[in-house]
Parts: sequence; structure tokens; C-alpha cells
Amino acid sequence: MSTYNFDYLDELEAEAIHILREVAGQFEKPALLFSGGKDSITLVRLAEKAFRPGKFPFPLVHIDTGHNFEETITYRDQMVERIGEKLIIGSVQESIDQGKVVEQTGKNASRNALQTVTLLDTIAKYQFDACIGGARRDEEKARAKERIFSVRDEFGQWDPKRQRPELWNIYNGKIHKGENIRVFPISNWTELDVWNYIRREKIDLPSIYFSHERDCITRNGQLMAASPFLNMDDEDVVERKQVRFRTVGDMSCTAAVESDATLIDDIISEISASKISERGARLDDKVSEAAMEDRKKGGYF
Amino acid sequence: MNILKFFTAGSVDDGKSTLIGRLLYDTDSILADQLEALQSSNRKNDDGTIDLAILTDGLRAEREQGITIDVAYKYFQTEKRKFIIADTPGHIQYTRNMVTGASTANLAIILIDARNGVVEQTIRHSYIVSLLGIKHVVVCINKMDMVDYSETIYSSIIEKYKILAQQLKLADITYIPVSALKGDNVAQTSENMDWYEGESLLHFLEKVDTDSLDKSQLARMPVQWVVRPQTEELHDYRGYAGRVLSGTFNLNDKVTVLPSGASSTVEKIEFFDQALDAAHAGQSVIIHLKDDVDISRGDSIVNASALPQESKLIEADLCWMDTRALDTSIMYNIQHNSKITKCKISEILHKVDINTLEKHAAEEFKLNDIGRVIVKTADALAFDLYDDNRANGSAILVDPRTNLTVGALMFRAAVE
Repeated sequence: MSTYNFDYLDELEAEAIHILREVAGQFEKPALLFSGGKDSITLVRLAEKAFRPGKFPFPLVHIDTGHNFEETITYRDQMVERIGEKLIIGSVQESIDQGKVVEQTGKNASRNALQTVTLLDTIAKYQFDACIGGARRDEEKARAKERIFSVRDEFGQWDPKRQRPELWNIYNGKIHKGENIRVFPISNWTELDVWNYIRREKIDLPSIYFSHERDCITRNGQLMAASPFLNMDDEDVVERKQVRFRTVGDMSCTAAVESDATLIDDIISEISASKISERGARLDDKVSEAAMEDRKKGGYF
Repeated sequence: MNILKFFTAGSVDDGKSTLIGRLLYDTDSILADQLEALQSSNRKNDDGTIDLAILTDGLRAEREQGITIDVAYKYFQTEKRKFIIADTPGHIQYTRNMVTGASTANLAIILIDARNGVVEQTIRHSYIVSLLGIKHVVVCINKMDMVDYSETIYSSIIEKYKILAQQLKLADITYIPVSALKGDNVAQTSENMDWYEGESLLHFLEKVDTDSLDKSQLARMPVQWVVRPQTEELHDYRGYAGRVLSGTFNLNDKVTVLPSGASSTVEKIEFFDQALDAAHAGQSVIIHLKDDVDISRGDSIVNASALPQESKLIEADLCWMDTRALDTSIMYNIQHNSKITKCKISEILHKVDINTLEKHAAEEFKLNDIGRVIVKTADALAFDLYDDNRANGSAILVDPRTNLTVGALMFRAAVE
């Protein structure tokens, strides 16, 4: 028998590929939710490993808040070009223009909450029955309890009390008409696992993950990128800082960290030594102890 | 570095969540902002220290009631290993959650309160560990600080447990006296128990053999997806994508395709841009066969010289997971890896009282009930017995009316 070394990253990778292929086999109209962040970029690599040399059995879907980091959009378009797969864009601006959602006002206004409506509309428009996402259980305590195949009702809602038991490696994808399933192939990965995988696979990332100079202001103790999307006033002092981002979301709710990490190795040592969790840099989670649980119940990713 | 998946059985009162919290805390797996959230929470221990149990109580209802309702997955890592914990509730009304958590674990931690010793729930938790065929068992005698770290008490509990272990045929058992609250023997060996010569729990978890290389001859790969690019240059490309459940496939191995029974040979094994000589248990690959055989999702590629059993009538242990009781008059869907077919539960052989391990005849099967049944399937399943090959010996039942997963099945025998 040949010897082989099945590393923990190999095991996580094999599990994720198995889950992606289950999606392909069990659903009529799946989609991969692509945010431009490192987790969904990792999903794209895993999909290549699951389906190449064939095409992906699903399009990529980007819910675009219109408040993006420019670098993310550039990256997205180049990546789609490289892999030759279909991209569908759901626009929050369109939802606003159609009067389906109302832009928040005030100093802490963000489009983060609005994207749930656009997401649900996009799912309905294309009749997606399964949406693959890059959420991980280590991110947040409500997520720690979510299934890999997680059922959403017709209104996009997650009901934590009615979750299906998920046994062995068997995923029940049966749903009623109108329902859909959110699928999380990297549920069992941690932030560090994702970074180690990106390093091992030499995956290219948007430049904002690495240290760069940027104009920032401090809000609620967090560094925010100064941008036209942030309602700034005289109290806000713009400072030039050496920063990077640990997650990539809407510009109005994603905080930067001061960092000199220019290489993946630097980032990995920085995270290993860090005492702040990744979602600690997300203002959207700070609203209450059950903030994520409430948003997930409402249809959030 | 590899992964150890373990599950913890115990109740709130045994200090299960505290033990997990302690493992996370002592391995520096709790980050500053999470700690801050903990400190600002109202729940504190009697002595004012942080209640580590809050770390694993994820949902609002759980925090309100101070109990774990669902299965929560937690992650931590040391220099030696990555750990995945399935934290499940221990009360009898959450038996199904325990079964769920246990199904993916290769090690179980059973918690016993040193003040109470082996009690009803110890029997229940140990039974589930034996039912789900978990290979390694660690029995943690917890709250040793409350019995003055007494060796006598510890030893008498072990003696009682050994009798239960024998009855349940649990093989590989390790006993560790701990105090999750104080940290004794959790990450470090304790100075309070000089008489204990073993390792701390964490050290044991770091080195226990997980035997990731499956040496069995039972090479099995359910086909999940057929890769057919149908492009000009890959006109004839036809690859069978799946995850090897068990055993190993080598190039030129003779294989059988089930259910058709067609024979062929492994021509090529691919993993993305690599060509492999072999595919081992756990790997997700693409296999090509020499012959042009008709294969689709739900079929299995298996070792031709170690075939699985094939039957439409299977004796199995069933754990019922739905609030609506089993209905022997209706058809359910059975999902066995990538294969889905209709089935009926044609007979209930017995039910097990999991607090006493007594078997008794039963007419009905309700939420959390466990027992032996006969499953009659529309299409034959190609399966192994659960004890021989967990991955190919298990299945779930899905209620076609609700689409809920209502039962967990462990195959015990093909009915002649």
C-alpha cells in the first residue's frame, strides 16, 4: 500500500468538495454566493477542485451593496474572467431605486441590513433552491449551531429550533417549493485554516487584505476607511494609517486593523497572535448578544 | 497535524459546558472580544469568576434557560492537533441531539459527577456511545474538587463503570479525574491529585491514535456526480466524482459497480490537476474506469473482491428524531450516502430502555426512542454492517410529508 499523509487541510478540503458535489447532485438550481471575501474565494477554489475539468453546475451570485471596496470589484471581474463561469449580480442600489428598501440615515448608516432584501429577491428571481455560502461555525456562536445544509422558509427565515439533525456525512437536501437551502461547505474551518489553505494553494486575494496606507476615521473604537459611503461630519478626524482588512464586507461596516502584514506569512503570524476575533471587526455583530441569530432568522447569509 | 473529532456526553449538572469552556480557555482559544462579551454577561459562578459554560451556549433560548439544546460545534487547535468538538445536551429529551453529535465523532468524553458516581444518565450516554460505535472513550470523573480529590471515591466509580463498559462492549476506555471548574487535569496535570499517574485530558486528546489510514479492504466510493465536460478536446471524458468512504482504490484494481454488478478496472484517478496512484478513505477524487459502463449518481464503485451486502430487507437500529411518531403504514425515503430510495419500517423488533438497557416489545416509536427494526427498501441497498464500516453502514430516514430527517439507522444484518 502506498503511504499517504492526509493533513488536516486535506481533510477539510475533501469534506468541502464532498458537500459541493452533494449540492450539484441534489439540487436543480443552485448558486454560489460570492462576496469577494477570502471565504468565498476559497469556495471558488474548492468548486474548481470538485468539478474541473467540467463547468461549475452553478453560477456565482454577488449581492452588490454599491458600497464596495474598489479592489474587491476589480478582483471579482478578473477572477470571473479567469475561471470562465457565469456571474449574476444582485444590486442593493436597484432595490433602493425600486423602493423595496429605504436607505438608512444617521451617522452609523450602513447598507449591510438592506442586502438581505436584495439577496431574497435575487433568490426568488432566479428560483435558486440552494445557495452556497462561505460562513464558518467558528465565526459566531449562533453560527456554531447551524447545519451544513440549513433550510430557509419561503421568507428566507432560519428557524434554529426546527433544524434537521445532520448525521454522519449524509446531507438531507429535500425541500418544499418556495423553500431553499443555504449550504456551508467550510463550516468546520477556522479563520486560520482558511489562511493556511490560501497560503498552501497560493490563492490570489484582493489587495485590501494586505497592509496598505489609507485615510481612516475612528468610529466606536474601530478604524473605518474614510469613504463617501460613510456619513462623516466635523467630529470625524481623518488620519493616514497603515492598515489591512480581516473581512471584506460593505465599506460602511467593515473595520480595518492597523497592520504591517504585507505577506500571507505575516498575516498568519498576526492572526495566530491576535486576541480579537475576526467578527470583532464587524460593527454589525455588536448590536446585541443575539445580533447574528436575529439577522440569520431574517434571511441573512 | 490531523483532526480529532470528539463529542461530549454529560448534563449541565456534570459541568460539561464548563469542561469545554475550560479546554478552550486553557488552550488560549478564547479571544479578547469574546472574553469581553463573557465578562459583561450577567452569569457568573458563585465565586464571581467567569462562567465558562456561556461559551458554548449559542442560541438565545439556551442562554435564557442556561442549558444546551442543540449541537454546537467548537474548534480549537494546539501545536499537535486540530480539534472539533460536538457539544450536545445530555438530558433524555435531547437524545437525538446526542446521537447526531456522536455520529461524526471518533472519540467520546463521558462525564461523571464524582459526588454521584455512575447514575442513570451515565448508562444512557454510554449506551449511545456504544450504539454509534465510537472507538475511543474517555471517562472524566469531574468535580473532584468537591470530593476532596479523593482517590478512593475515584477508584470506586471506575470499578462500577467497568461493569457497565463490559456490558456495552466498550473497548478502549481511559479514565481521568478532573475538575473542569478549577482546571485540574484538564490542560495540565494537577498537583491536587498526586495519586493520579496518567496524563491530563488535553495531552491524551493530543496523542490518541485516530488511525486516519483505513486499512480495510472495503474500498467503497458512492458516485456523487458524473463529470462530463463535453468540450471538443475532452469529448470522451467521463469521470466519476465521489469521496472514498473506506479502504483504498489503486490503479488497475478490479472493481464492481453496484447495483448493476458490472465489472471494470480503475484506469485513472484524478484530483484536480494531479493524477494519483491511489485514492484512500476520506479523499474526494474522480475515478475513471477502463470499460464503458452506465453509472449515475447513487451508484457505488466497490472493491470486486470484497463486495458489500445487497438487500431490500435490512435489520437495523433506529433512533427516532421527530416529534411525529413513526408510522409503519407509510413510506419514508431512506438516504444511504448518495442513494435515495423509498422504504417502510416493516417491523419493530424491540425497543431499548436506554436508562436500564432493558429490551422490550413495542408497538410505537416516538421522539428519542431507540430500538431494532426491519427496514424494507424499494431498491436494494449495497451496504456494510455498521460495526464493520460505519460510513457504509448508516442511513437516514426522511419523511416525505415534511422533508424532515426523522430517523437515524445503523445496519446490523441483512435479512435472509
